[in-house]
Amino acid sequence: MEFEIHVLSDCSATLYFEQKISAEINDKVLATVAWIKVNPFQGLLEVVPAYASVTVYYDILLVKQNDFSVPTAFAFVEKYLSQIPFNKLEKPIYLNDIIEIPVSYNGEDLEFVLEQLNLERKELIELHSAPVYRVYMMGFLPGFAYLGGMNKVLALPRKTKPLLNVREGSVGIAGLQTGIYPVESPGGWQLIGQTEIQLFDLNTPKLSLLNPGDRVKFVSV
Amino acid sequence: MIFLKPGILTSIQDIGRQGFQDKGVNPSGAMDTLSMRLLNILLGNKEEEAVVEFHNPSPTVRFEEYALFAIGGGNFNPALNNKAISPWKIQQAKPGDMLSFGKKEKGERGYIAVKGGFQIEDVLGSQSTNLKAGFGGLKIDKGSTLSLNLKNGQLYSASEKVKETPKTVNVKMRPPFELKQEIRVIAGKDLSCLDQASRDSVFSQCFIITTHADRMGYRLEGDRLNLKDGGEVISSSVAFGTIQLLPDGQVIILMADHQTSGGYPKVANVISVDLPLLAQLSVGQHITFREISTEVAESVFEKQEREINKFKSAVNLYS
Repeated sequence: MEFEIHVLSDCSATLYFEQKISAEINDKVLATVAWIKVNPFQGLLEVVPAYASVTVYYDILLVKQNDFSVPTAFAFVEKYLSQIPFNKLEKPIYLNDIIEIPVSYNGEDLEFVLEQLNLERKELIELHSAPVYRVYMMGFLPGFAYLGGMNKVLALPRKTKPLLNVREGSVGIAGLQTGIYPVESPGGWQLIGQTEIQLFDLNTPKLSLLNPGDRVKFVSV
Repeated sequence: MIFLKPGILTSIQDIGRQGFQDKGVNPSGAMDTLSMRLLNILLGNKEEEAVVEFHNPSPTVRFEEYALFAIGGGNFNPALNNKAISPWKIQQAKPGDMLSFGKKEKGERGYIAVKGGFQIEDVLGSQSTNLKAGFGGLKIDKGSTLSLNLKNGQLYSASEKVKETPKTVNVKMRPPFELKQEIRVIAGKDLSCLDQASRDSVFSQCFIITTHADRMGYRLEGDRLNLKDGGEVISSSVAFGTIQLLPDGQVIILMADHQTSGGYPKVANVISVDLPLLAQLSVGQHITFREISTEVAESVFEKQEREINKFKSAVNLYS
């Protein structure tokens, strides 16, 4: 198992697997996070998965109490992370059904996008709603999922001038990525559709509709 | 208390919202956590009690209830009923008293802390205002009101004890304000991806804080930094103080309202102890970076925490 461990800040460290976007590596990331949650060290504050890395945030003083022989809290965390039995970690099992996101393909940039890609609206809808996307990580905004698996035909650069107010529920594309704005926010993605579904809800236990490892499908309405 | 003038970007902040970055929830929290903690300790509160964070132009507040409060952070020349009061000192207010601020002298952010804290609902374990997500804490507008947790009777007994306490925060402990600030950093994962000249330049040149400096991040202006190759990195988690290299060769320092992840190379990270200094710097100010080891960064942090604990013990003796 190849990995590198680096300090992020003086109270956080990141374990990097091979830096590429793949379901296989992201599975390792999620299995590692699951292991850390079951086997936490004293002083661990938070463990966060990304595409191909895992970051732990910790309390320096509490970590140092674990082992007075280590020179730094980071040294302890580094040792802890490198001792994770990576080869024995079980592949995460995804029990969740595919999460369907109903989308009205009527985004404000739709005409522009169709023109740029030389597609009919029907073709774009088909291309965008056909794949089962994978949630690789969360970030940017509460409930914002980085989805992988978009058809390369839909690749377009982001806007040169980001919008100040992208509407909540806007579905956008940029590069090889597609995503949904969970709250109103500035943003530079090309907006192709709109969903009414709530992506982040403080009143639900899981808060975020989408979570790393989930499978997602867009359904045209 | 009621806000007669809201000031600009005045908000309620505590130590931040931890534990939800895997849902994309950024931590928020006070920019200058040192000032926040010291004021709370002074008042006998728990360190992470929520406070009002304000900027220039500053707010004007009328107290609606009896209160014990303290002002800290930058020096905004506080006044109670138009009479100057000392910051970093416990003050008393009665209903109708007006708290206002004069010319900003030093620093960028001020804090108002009250004994017992404000009545604000916890959202995901924190009272911090998440402006981007639109939840938590309170964004202060004209006419916004805040109720205090401690009511008259409880405050009366508290104020009796206050007479005895070390009523001020030692000058040595407060964040210093220099026109040119040296900020200590530890090397980031991608520092080695810079070409040699740029690598040297990070620690020899003087950066200027541009007008794009807010609670999310400070964009700096300096000599262009170049990568040896590429520059595309796959998004990973970032932290308060992460210094990222943007495609135009300039750097940005991520601050309290930073996003949870970033896809730009990480050049360095500001050490925890120097984040409050950074939080008090203004647009146009100059900074230089000095690299220190993780070991030194941790020992500087431990030293600071020992000092804070000493202060806490001194206050606790009287309460």
